[in-house]
Amino acid sequence: MKVQVHVTLKPGVLDPQGKAIHHALEGLGFAGVADVRAGRFFELEVADDVTDADLDAMCAKLLANTVIENYRITRV
Amino acid sequence: MKTAVIVFPGSNCDRDMAVALETVTGRAPAMVWHRDSDLPDGTDFIALPGGFSYGDYLRSGAMAARSPILRAVADAAARGVPVLGVCNGFQVLAEAQLLPGALMRNAGLNFVCRTAALTVENSQSLFTAAYDAGETIHVPVAHHDGNYFADPETLDRIEGEGRVAFRYAEPVNGSARRIAGVLNDAGNVLGMMPHPERAIDRAHGGTDGLRLFEAALGVLA
Repeated sequence: MKVQVHVTLKPGVLDPQGKAIHHALEGLGFAGVADVRAGRFFELEVADDVTDADLDAMCAKLLANTVIENYRITRV
Repeated sequence: MKTAVIVFPGSNCDRDMAVALETVTGRAPAMVWHRDSDLPDGTDFIALPGGFSYGDYLRSGAMAARSPILRAVADAAARGVPVLGVCNGFQVLAEAQLLPGALMRNAGLNFVCRTAALTVENSQSLFTAAYDAGETIHVPVAHHDGNYFADPETLDRIEGEGRVAFRYAEPVNGSARRIAGVLNDAGNVLGMMPHPERAIDRAHGGTDGLRLFEAALGVLA
């Protein structure tokens, strides 16, 4: 089965890359963008017996750095 | 004094680190490959060098922090063996949770490569005992991800416990409270973005890094 993981910076953690992307969008003439936060997206192909706890451990131990990042797991 | 330098695929300051260790101890360090699971018997100083381990895949230091040799490094650190992580080595130690906080992309987004002025904040640690508290030293920096981050409670705690070893004298990369180097709670693990191994010979343009190795390797009179 397929699992999607979104990793995003925690609120309050400054995101210089998101800020640069925001400025670039403005430079391209796109109006109305209030803020940009950059993150990471993973797609995992896993066996059906991989548990939610396993997936959570994968995120906490490797896919995200929980000092600065949150993660969201979705089975699709 | 038996020293070891951990070598990851993508390390590029491992030889500079080896030269620094040999200069001070008179004995070449063991170069230990990341896939090894053990350190040489009797290793009493471990250095994690700068570079781009695993091509900075996922996050700087993230893959190296999960490599087999890091379990041996963590065990040695827990036994009190001094561990020095420089630049990518600092990123690895933070990713391995042997040091608090994380190193993010520089606030200005640019790679920063120049000599930085550092203030010695703690002159009591085994790495910094040859410096004077408040002394300004000059050490090269060369990094893209050196922007130190920790939550305010953690920052207050490490400051209160004297675990900020070095601070940038002026902003370099957006680091919280201009922190350049951090100690673990036991004081035997130091991570720092500046490169002391690049300031040990007059031909480097300065020798302010030499005293760190002399203090940590116990060769001071």
